[in-house]
Amino acid sequence: MNPDYRPYHPKWHRTPIPIFWWVRKRAYLKFTARELTSLFVAYSAVLLMVHVRAAGGSEEAYERFISWLQSPLVVALHVVVFIALLCHTVTWLNLAPKAMVIRLGGRRLPDAAIVLGHYAAWLSVSGLLAWVLVGT
Amino acid sequence: MRRSQEPGLWALFSAGGMLAALVLPVLVAVLWIAAPLGWVELPTHANLRALIGHPLTRLVLFAVVSLALFHWAHRFRYTLYDGLQLYHLNQLIAIITYGTATVGTMVTGYALVVFP
Repeated sequence: MNPDYRPYHPKWHRTPIPIFWWVRKRAYLKFTARELTSLFVAYSAVLLMVHVRAAGGSEEAYERFISWLQSPLVVALHVVVFIALLCHTVTWLNLAPKAMVIRLGGRRLPDAAIVLGHYAAWLSVSGLLAWVLVGT
Repeated sequence: MRRSQEPGLWALFSAGGMLAALVLPVLVAVLWIAAPLGWVELPTHANLRALIGHPLTRLVLFAVVSLALFHWAHRFRYTLYDGLQLYHLNQLIAIITYGTATVGTMVTGYALVVFP
């Protein structure tokens, strides 16, 4: 049983919150949309392993997987996935200064510098991975 | 779920969020948009196998996939918890989300060890 749940405990009055409380305000909707980008993160992780599996199989099986990737609906889905992942990345990197405080010479590094550093890291990692996949 | 497990789960969520933010957009763009549309050319089947066969590639893949799954588990858990106010299902939701991430991590590890 949920340890937070106490049977027979008197219940004090609480204003009921509607199930769709997060639709009412723009800020809440944005928050929920951000949280739901995690679904696309999970999808990409799973598809990455499906791609690895396909590469590990026979040449014909791999070709079949590639032609599935080429069908227009699948490409359209992956464009949606890409946009959601961009939202994840931008919101995540912008929050970085809230999660870390870096001190240099006794002074706190300004938030903008931390964000800029993260964007530089994103650019470098993206460049490196694109080079590994396409440039070799 | 005891309070003491929270920091560990948060660390997995945080590491997964960071790795996903840095790595996933370019992978999706190159592997599943640009290459299928013929904008760029991916390595051949044999070269891709060799690339994944490298221990460093497999280590990176394992870290990215498993931590991304734990990132999803943590965020999705609290989205269900707060968004749909499923307070009474707290424990069940935690078991399903973290359980899925754990099983996914084990399957990923196995698939990468036995690759190809």
